[in-house]
Amino acid sequence: MSDTQATSGFGKESVADETGATTAQAETRFGVPATSSRGQLVLHPSRDQLVDLVRTLRDDEGYRVCIDLTAVDYLAYEAPRRLPPDVTPERFEVVVGLLSHDTHERLRLRVQVPADDATCPSLFDVHPGTEALEREVYDMYGIEFTDHPDLSRILMPEDWDGFPLRKDHPVGAIPVQFKGVQNAR
Amino acid sequence: MKRGLEGLDHNVFTAKIEDLVNWSRRRSFWGVTFGLACCALEMMAAGASHYDLGRFGMEVFRASPRQSDLMIVAGRLSQKMAPVLRQVYDQMMEPKWVLSMGVCASSGGMFNNYALVQGVDQIVPVDVYAPGCPPGPETLIHAINTIHEQIQNGELLRRREARGQGAGAGVVVEQRDGQPEPATAASAGGGR
Amino acid sequence: MTSVSTDATARTYEGSQELTPRKGAGAAELMREVGSVLRMSEAEVAATADDEPTEDQTMILNMGPQHPSTHGVLRLMLELEGETVLRTKPVIGYLHTGMEKTGETLTYLQGPTNVTRMDYASPLFNELVFSLATETLLGIDGDIPPRAQWIRMLLCELNRMSSHLLFLATNGLDLGAVSMMLFGWREREETLRLLEMITGLRMNHNFIRPGGVAADLPDGWRDGVLRVLDLCAPRLDEYDELLTGQPIYRARLQGVGVITADEAIALGATGPILRSTGLPWDLRKDMPYLFYDQVEFAAVVGSYGDAFDRYAIRLNEVRESMAIVRQILGALPAGDYRIQDRKVTPPPRARIDESMEALIHHFKIFTEGFKVPEGEVYCAVESPRGELGCYMVSDGSAVPYRMHIRGPSFVHVQALPHMLRGGLIADAVAVISSVDPIMGEVDR
Repeated sequence: MSDTQATSGFGKESVADETGATTAQAETRFGVPATSSRGQLVLHPSRDQLVDLVRTLRDDEGYRVCIDLTAVDYLAYEAPRRLPPDVTPERFEVVVGLLSHDTHERLRLRVQVPADDATCPSLFDVHPGTEALEREVYDMYGIEFTDHPDLSRILMPEDWDGFPLRKDHPVGAIPVQFKGVQNAR
Repeated sequence: MKRGLEGLDHNVFTAKIEDLVNWSRRRSFWGVTFGLACCALEMMAAGASHYDLGRFGMEVFRASPRQSDLMIVAGRLSQKMAPVLRQVYDQMMEPKWVLSMGVCASSGGMFNNYALVQGVDQIVPVDVYAPGCPPGPETLIHAINTIHEQIQNGELLRRREARGQGAGAGVVVEQRDGQPEPATAASAGGGR
Repeated sequence: MTSVSTDATARTYEGSQELTPRKGAGAAELMREVGSVLRMSEAEVAATADDEPTEDQTMILNMGPQHPSTHGVLRLMLELEGETVLRTKPVIGYLHTGMEKTGETLTYLQGPTNVTRMDYASPLFNELVFSLATETLLGIDGDIPPRAQWIRMLLCELNRMSSHLLFLATNGLDLGAVSMMLFGWREREETLRLLEMITGLRMNHNFIRPGGVAADLPDGWRDGVLRVLDLCAPRLDEYDELLTGQPIYRARLQGVGVITADEAIALGATGPILRSTGLPWDLRKDMPYLFYDQVEFAAVVGSYGDAFDRYAIRLNEVRESMAIVRQILGALPAGDYRIQDRKVTPPPRARIDESMEALIHHFKIFTEGFKVPEGEVYCAVESPRGELGCYMVSDGSAVPYRMHIRGPSFVHVQALPHMLRGGLIADAVAVISSVDPIMGEVDR
């Protein structure tokens, strides 16, 4: 028969009192501020530290896979930003997810990107699999990745104006007026 | 020689050319592959062995628009895809018919946003709209049967003219998924 | 793995050439670059059409987006030398639906209707990952009733079966085995019929919701499941006879679209593509969720990293899924089908007629939605295509602040140029089919 508790696997119960210990360990080990979000370890490198950190994580720590790269626009965020004390919150955040096949662990990196200088170094040289992911972030948010081999729009038409996932870009819904349906059953 | 011309009655029939043309148009129907999203899977299911478009001779979807008559726009049409749709439609040869399958193709569906064309009738003239998200194969076959019937009796062309220059017929069929079989053969496939 | 040449030289017919910086290079120069990915804009490619072809110039052929074998609206610009594919540029975005933007306007209960249409061949997985992310943010992920979790597993494994049957059908069709298309759809119909009985819809079910599942399993579901299992088992053996042992099928798939484990890891490939290279990585086994650590199954692993391995992996994954479903039939406990936390779960429908509070409660949940505490989380499941992840950011309101789905097919489209290089155009069709991309989750 089954256990009463499924393996949730995501919000790990590396609970409140342990969380402090794991983030402190991570900070000393990786050299960047760290937090924990629902039991998932998050590092907060700066833009300059990003590429070296990812390279170190890949070569020395076993995080060989960049599983995801996306961005968030915090313009309309209504809750307090929970960041480590020495990290200044900016409008955009580039979020990089890493995975280690050996230790079966995930790691998340959140990089602050200011609105007036929306650039970020590209991870293409470290993880070629970020090429399309960075193009999508550029397409949707307008964040330019320096040293990216081909930074062009990937989802929208090449001549599209605007960056759709930014919070100041409208959803584009057209008002709909429903007429009476003739074939109503 | 005794029978002479009398036997011919059984072997000759007369009809209007219009009816003959409609008869042949209704029976030579190949679709062009324009499956875009989830509706494409239901379209393929309609062509597969259980729902079987082959009984209408339509199991073949020609990839080339030159060789097809019916464009089933199956799925949501994004802004980037709209010129492609128009190009494929233009490459089809007359007579051509358009079936807008699913709510995303008919009106933008649940995605009322910047990325989708809110209804392919903004790009191509649509003759039949099949509602559903996705419409099951039964609804799709009902829509196809509706086109067939209305081609046969000329209704589709009349509706096109009534709606004006370059417009499609704009027939909306009802959903037939999971419904019990219609009671009589006469009420089946009697389009609207 | 092709490395980015940082020293800006390339080997060409005339020896080592220094590459002009990309912005200054014309089409002719760009076409001498060595690599797998064709990095020219569409305007530049269009301009090459008017050039007089020279001896060392290759031809760029456009395939798609409307094409019978691009599995949806994928456009490939193939650079050809004769019939050999050199470099490729996949162009996507023809199905971009703005789902992530729409997801920011829908409540958490409406969210599954949106995400389920991303990977439309396996919709329950999208709903599952969205629900798991929401539950993790809510903090209730440990409290979901076991019956709900087992039902989720059952539905997901059935969906994996139907998705892999779809793959087998389209793979056969792309290679010319048209009868496989009809056979695969025959089985898929049975699975869809069963899912319709359980969830109410054949596709895009919106059944797995935050808190559990939408409804309990109906009467007679056990017979339905057993019937599907008993039907599929001998037919999979038929497909083995029809395809696996067949020399033409093997010749067309073996050695085609080879990718090594290092390349796959570097490109972020997961799922059958990664397993075909020999790395036994399956999230269900290595980072288990739901109750996957309590069922016994094998992660099917290939060795050559070619298209045939990927086909064989998926065929055998159907068998493994059937084994998992049989175990679920034995292990499914009684209990609630969704969490009884009133903040998240609407009341039972019958109570709405009796109690005013229940009516208001139902109304509030379905119109305003429930609020999720602020935070951010990433959850991933093993979908038939690979690792399907959901990164969700909440700011304490009733709609997600940011909902990003990491679609495996999006990342695999990047791997296509590396798999197509050196093959023929016909192999390109086979390789695209073996990657099994679903454009709904590529473009979202």
